[in-house]
Amino acid sequence: MQSILLRILVLFLVLPGAAMATSSAYGEKIYNPGMLTPVDSKLMVHIDQPAPDFTLASVSGKPIRLSQYKGKKNVLISFIPAAWTPVCSDQWPGYNIARPLFEAHDTILLGISVDNIPTLFAWTKEMGTLWFDVLSDFWPHGQTAATYGVLRSNGTAERALILVDKQGIIRFIHVSDINIRPDLGMIMDALKKLPQ
Amino acid sequence: MTMKKFLSLLLLLGLLNPWATWSEPTKNFGKMDLGFSLPAPEEASQAKYLGLDTDPFLLNQVEAKILIIEIFSMYCPICQREADDVNKLFDLIQKNPLLKDQVKLIGIGAGNSAYEVEFFKENYQIKFPLFSDTKFAIHKRIGEVGTPHFIGLKIDQNKGFENFYSQSGEIADPKEFLETLIKASGLKL
Repeated sequence: MQSILLRILVLFLVLPGAAMATSSAYGEKIYNPGMLTPVDSKLMVHIDQPAPDFTLASVSGKPIRLSQYKGKKNVLISFIPAAWTPVCSDQWPGYNIARPLFEAHDTILLGISVDNIPTLFAWTKEMGTLWFDVLSDFWPHGQTAATYGVLRSNGTAERALILVDKQGIIRFIHVSDINIRPDLGMIMDALKKLPQ
Repeated sequence: MTMKKFLSLLLLLGLLNPWATWSEPTKNFGKMDLGFSLPAPEEASQAKYLGLDTDPFLLNQVEAKILIIEIFSMYCPICQREADDVNKLFDLIQKNPLLKDQVKLIGIGAGNSAYEVEFFKENYQIKFPLFSDTKFAIHKRIGEVGTPHFIGLKIDQNKGFENFYSQSGEIADPKEFLETLIKASGLKL
């Protein structure tokens, strides 16, 4: 009994607060899932391997295939856990104003979520006009996330960044604590290291 | 440890633990904990603007009668959209000889790294000092407000400060916002 009480006490002491500053842009529409297990999947890809190809439906209506950018652009794939949640809702709007930084490194961005297209359509509308494509990994559910090893046990994805160079090779992987937004500076450092 | 003692300890920790009330909205801006310090800006002109002779500094050490604090995030669509309006607010203050030395403006980037704050500053050509709050330490102390959020402080460098204004969401009209804020301060500037 004493051991159980002590475990509860330790959990209470170390449980961090939700680190988020949700934009007022979404009003009361954001669902707060609270603190989540930081990472809940096993990565299936590694740096220097060819990025597994995929074709996914996009909010813009056109299907997007990763390999269509081979030989043309570097691609930063941004997996986010779920639409209408606090950290995710403020991640892509930041990348939206950082477009010149991505373009300076000849890089495009592909946002991927396991939500369906109508949900992603409504959610991204609240962000303004995004310059990059937002793709739905809804059906077969989370197949692309699972291929990369970033599908969580509850069917959402990790907050993960995969940088693929123009040869289609993975050059950078960052699976973040799901509760924390990755730093833009870290992404720019990864872009600077891409082969010229 | 008996169950009774354990529950008493848990209750005490609940009162002391800063995380315990993270999801509570700020209902009383007077209860915001604004007793934090900030590093003096590296840019000499910005340190001069704030009239600082100490680093780090407390908010009541800013040389002004009113300090406006914008809690923003580089990632917040409204903060992005209204960055030009906040710049206009700064210009309105600076161009008014009666206000420019008495009303100062700073921004704190909630959860934004130094890189992100600098990018936001450059992207929108922001002229007033911005500070990074990478780990949300300040954001937690002020009640985890949404962004943007504006706070008005009356400053008395000897006595401290009084938090007299708190507003969530965009300022809409910079001129109207400034007039409202000065009126709310009760000061004759």
